[in-house]
Amino acid sequence: MEIKRRDFLKGLAGSAVLAMASPAMAVSSEKSRLPDALGILYDSTLCVGCQACMVSCKRANNMPIEYSGSQRQWDNPVDLSSKTLNIIKVYENGTHKTKDREIDGYAFVKRHCMHCVDPACVSACPATAMTKDAKTGIVTYNKDACIGCRYCQVACPFDIPKFEWDNPFPKIVKCQLCNHLQAKGQIPACCSACPTGASLFGPVKDLAIEAERRQNMIAGKYYEFPVSEISSTKIQVHKAQKYIPHIYGKNDGGGTQVLMLAGVPFNKLGLPMLPDRSYTAIAENIQHTLYKGMILPIVAFGGLIFLVKRTEKKKKE
Amino acid sequence: MKTEQPLEGKILTPTFLICGLIFLISLIFMAKRFLYGLGAVTNLSDGYPWGLWIAFDVVIGTALGCGGFAMALLVYVFNKGEYHPLVRPALMTSLFGYTLAGVAVVLDVGRYWQLYNIFLPWYMNLNSVLLEVALCIGAYVVVLWVEFSPTFLTKFGADNAKASLNKIMFVFIALGILLPTMHQSSLGTVMVVAGSKLSPLWWTRLLPLLFLISCIFLGYAIVVFESSITGSRYPIHDETDLLGKVSGVMAWLIAIYLVIRFADVVIRGHLNLAFRGDLLGNMFLLENILLLIPMAVLFVPANRKNARLMFLSAISIVLAAVLFRFNTYIIGFDPGNGWHYFPAVGEIFITLGIVSIEIMAFLWFIKRLPIYRRL
Repeated sequence: MEIKRRDFLKGLAGSAVLAMASPAMAVSSEKSRLPDALGILYDSTLCVGCQACMVSCKRANNMPIEYSGSQRQWDNPVDLSSKTLNIIKVYENGTHKTKDREIDGYAFVKRHCMHCVDPACVSACPATAMTKDAKTGIVTYNKDACIGCRYCQVACPFDIPKFEWDNPFPKIVKCQLCNHLQAKGQIPACCSACPTGASLFGPVKDLAIEAERRQNMIAGKYYEFPVSEISSTKIQVHKAQKYIPHIYGKNDGGGTQVLMLAGVPFNKLGLPMLPDRSYTAIAENIQHTLYKGMILPIVAFGGLIFLVKRTEKKKKE
Repeated sequence: MKTEQPLEGKILTPTFLICGLIFLISLIFMAKRFLYGLGAVTNLSDGYPWGLWIAFDVVIGTALGCGGFAMALLVYVFNKGEYHPLVRPALMTSLFGYTLAGVAVVLDVGRYWQLYNIFLPWYMNLNSVLLEVALCIGAYVVVLWVEFSPTFLTKFGADNAKASLNKIMFVFIALGILLPTMHQSSLGTVMVVAGSKLSPLWWTRLLPLLFLISCIFLGYAIVVFESSITGSRYPIHDETDLLGKVSGVMAWLIAIYLVIRFADVVIRGHLNLAFRGDLLGNMFLLENILLLIPMAVLFVPANRKNARLMFLSAISIVLAAVLFRFNTYIIGFDPGNGWHYFPAVGEIFITLGIVSIEIMAFLWFIKRLPIYRRL
């Protein structure tokens, strides 16, 4: 009996250690891109910082005006919040004389939900309030499922989900890629409002090809750029700027459906530097290894029943 | 062999009344929270969506409640029946820690009126670490009340009910070991997804293993701590011999934990962060020094006969395990973008209120229920 018990314990401890220490052996939880995924290509070098996308976003999503500082004239949020789903921010350095230059320059960046390939919020949510559309890959929120635990906020590497802190009956608020407009055959409000094509809506696979095309452009030469939508016939001609050789979101954090191009390194624009393997996959890997089919817990439970009965019997004797 | 008996005595002691007063004040803040929202009483923000309540009331509260689990491991898995007298007091603390963690969750979640969604199969997200934690803790609270119920049944003389319950008790005892193993480790996994937002001094895929080992030695430390305090104030059976043995187990567990903890940080190449002299580095060092010292003390056999040294060691171990959890959930967490967090007065008062209720319940229980072996 004694040997049996020891073997059981050894086995249990051994499998637990193996499960946690060797992720390579476990089934990979990494998600790949959906073929019909929709997204946005944001090109910081085309953005003029006019904030038309912000106005359009507020109107399309019925969001309240947000003031900052002492002015009470117009919408002027300082960051994303439960009232602001989309924002243009600016990077400045030194004399901030030249656009899209890291030193002594400035650059714009547009922030909203990245619609991750493997979204941390979707994985984290205990009540399935965050879901990723199986076809378009758009990440949406369902307030009827949400318990308000805010684990999505802890999990999101981009700090996108926002919570209504001053509402006794709060909800989470985030960009849903204007899926209500898409249902009516329209495109996201930020893209339709953008006058320069800096925000370009379309299938992610087409946007990725467009992003590669821009990466290969020769700075200073003139090229054609579509406006609002990748398939649009509305074309503008711009002088290509010098892009940094990085398509943000192509692989970052396991990939995102919002892709970004810029003339300034992305960490300078406030984007997190993430490994290609998403933290979602790492966390799910641990969880799936330990709890796959509940086999390990059930075996452990059986073993524990045996041990407890044994001890109880001994106590009676 | 002596059996457990109520310690008797007055209930309305000064300690009890002060706790009652703090609890009453916390009720005002609780009302404010439900009337005006979380922002009205907390300093939580979109950068720090989790603060004192999740870190202390839930994560640390349940870890402090691991005494019952840790003792059950010793008695049932490692077949050491001699530790049985320490089980009942340990179980009681677990009962309070876990039940009140459940209460704290209701205060913390924004949409508490649909909290039951996590129990509805069509809303359950089986990929969610937090779902596993929530269901496991929920189930364990029930298990704890069942495990503890013989104490009530003894008081009310319901011997038949007690006898039939005892026949199936082995199922609950087994669950009482399985469930904490699952959710205490998962409380570590919860922060794995935070990834780059958590300092590399704490972010590791071994978080579940570290949380599991540390909750076990924390459980023993709590048993030593509580038995020492109760022993100094009430006429109970002297358990110093048993506590000495428990302390020996603790020292070994801490040794294993520290080897894993440091090997992990070294292999990932982040040990340099510990010696930068900044807040995070110092917190890392403090957290581990608070374990190293009592470990060294408790490895000396003579010290394990010294009630005072064991008590001080236990305090140090409790502080270390608590700090490890604070560091993992708040101090080591940096969402970037200049966010800061320090708990607001209302937040602190609500936590104090919950701790006060716990102390009041503890005092009532030991005086009116058969928990300790009296002299």
